[in-house]
Amino acid sequence: MADSKQGGPGDGGRELWGTRIGVILAVAGSAVGLGNFLRFPGQAAQNGGGAFLLPYFISLLVLGIPLCWAEWTMGRYGGTKGFNSAPGIYSMIWRNRFAKYFGAIALMIPLVIYMYYVVIEAWCLGYAINYLTGALVSPEIKGQGVQGYENFFASFVGANGHGDNFGGNAFLLCIVLIAFGLNFTLIYRGVTRGIEKFCRVAMPVMVVLALIVLVRVLTLGTPDEAKPDQSVIGGLGFMWNPQFEKLTDFKTWLAASGQIFFSLSVGFGIIINYASYLRKNDDVVLSGLTSSSMNEFFEVVLGGLITLPAAFIFIGASVKDKGTFSLGFEALPNVFALMPGPPALGQLFGFLWFSMLFIAAITSSVSMLQPVIAFLEEGFGLKRHASAALLGLISALGCGFVLWFSEGLVALDTFDFWVGSVLLFVLALIQAVLYGWAFGIKKGEEEAHKGAHIRIPHFVQLMLKYVVPVYLSVVLFGFCVQNLPGYMTSIGENPAARGSIMFIGAVLATLLLLVHIAGKRWEAQGRLTYDDKD
Amino acid sequence: MVLHEVLLVADATTSSSGLNAAGLTVMVVSIGSVLSLVSYCLYRVLSLPPVEVEEHIKGPLEIEPGGSEDAD
Repeated sequence: MADSKQGGPGDGGRELWGTRIGVILAVAGSAVGLGNFLRFPGQAAQNGGGAFLLPYFISLLVLGIPLCWAEWTMGRYGGTKGFNSAPGIYSMIWRNRFAKYFGAIALMIPLVIYMYYVVIEAWCLGYAINYLTGALVSPEIKGQGVQGYENFFASFVGANGHGDNFGGNAFLLCIVLIAFGLNFTLIYRGVTRGIEKFCRVAMPVMVVLALIVLVRVLTLGTPDEAKPDQSVIGGLGFMWNPQFEKLTDFKTWLAASGQIFFSLSVGFGIIINYASYLRKNDDVVLSGLTSSSMNEFFEVVLGGLITLPAAFIFIGASVKDKGTFSLGFEALPNVFALMPGPPALGQLFGFLWFSMLFIAAITSSVSMLQPVIAFLEEGFGLKRHASAALLGLISALGCGFVLWFSEGLVALDTFDFWVGSVLLFVLALIQAVLYGWAFGIKKGEEEAHKGAHIRIPHFVQLMLKYVVPVYLSVVLFGFCVQNLPGYMTSIGENPAARGSIMFIGAVLATLLLLVHIAGKRWEAQGRLTYDDKD
Repeated sequence: MVLHEVLLVADATTSSSGLNAAGLTVMVVSIGSVLSLVSYCLYRVLSLPPVEVEEHIKGPLEIEPGGSEDAD
């Protein structure tokens, strides 16, 4: 691809990616986040260690990569029809007047996830700053062990009470504002000069930072001679030794599918937007495979070798039961504090680690804003500054909601479950059906191979049509059966959780209305036509 | 021993026994596969010839007017 922020006359003057590697790094950046380093190791440890990798790789090949290819293909197709937002793209895929309303889900998911993801991003930046100042390696906190870091985390994120983040200590609020500013600066600069340019630097920097921490972890040896099992080899064994009996548990397969899903950012509404900025004959097959494989590199290689082994060396087997946040923001800071050598060394590695997580989070969060920006621009003719301002206001409201209802992280957790988990599966299922049954696999195969540098085996198309929707439905059903009752109970008992559900409902209702209005505009402009039979 | 007791012992043993042969195999195969795939992909991408700018400027209109095409 040549460098161009706007296409030439042959491209209709629309926004386009500048380079081939740029779009790959942007999609990979969107996918690579905290989940690669914190969620994956935890899921593996809880679901059979090394044995987890079997259902994991099966899910990658059967579910993850095929769905990625489908999303890339549909996105590029929609882009060549003049649409960059999911409502418009879905209307081109399925020429039915209801298609655009499914696109509202593809706008809502990245928008609502952004509202809490930027808060987590701010935690990473805040922790990096606290390492720089030495606050997280001070004798006071080190002396308390894991409990000290648990107390620090709870206080830092306002988990002790609603409204704590708006009390006397405004540090987190300031950090959130910085993160907001950075995200919107990148978004305002556009696809090529903002997102692509940033990702081309950020992704290699992330690799370097992670490799530095990896080398440190793999050279730790046995820090405490009194605990010979808690060594690097023991840590690697803790992560990778397979417990094959877990393969007979449905929960293991569910967890593996879920992890692949979240990890590759399939069903987020992001890939379909990013791919819409490709030219008609830009490759999607090799690009999609490359960005997916890059995600797997960060997850399996870096995440698999760093997080859990490091935590096990200093904390032991109890680390297995820690959730994502606990592992990342309580256990690991304790690890950096206990690292052998002068305190400054642990301080340095802690700073590098959380800086790396912050960069990983930014490349993801900025991708969550672009789909809605694209919709506001093409749906209502808004210029970039107006759409950015409007989106900033909406997302700030949601972010404020998450920051206020912070006791037990209830708002964040509720958004994450209903939108970042359940709705994600729903959208992935919708996209699989749209590709396999509305667009059609014959047309899909033809479209995918335009400009392609490698071929997709034909059986993948058959899997997308027949296997993936069934697989997703089973996983969604099992997921709901396993998790839904607990969440329904917590909604009933917790006013903040109920309020969060109502907030989600209000966002969805607003988006559906906006999509309806945008659809009318597109029809009036002659951009939307429907099949006569509809 | 009943099955669940065996599994508990195996679980406890696995947690503290270091990296065993099976674990080493899983680790090497998983990491090796991912590294091979990402290396292959990056090699293919980075070794592709650059596309001439003129091909795009002189190319056909990239935004196609909507026309219904039947799905299969």
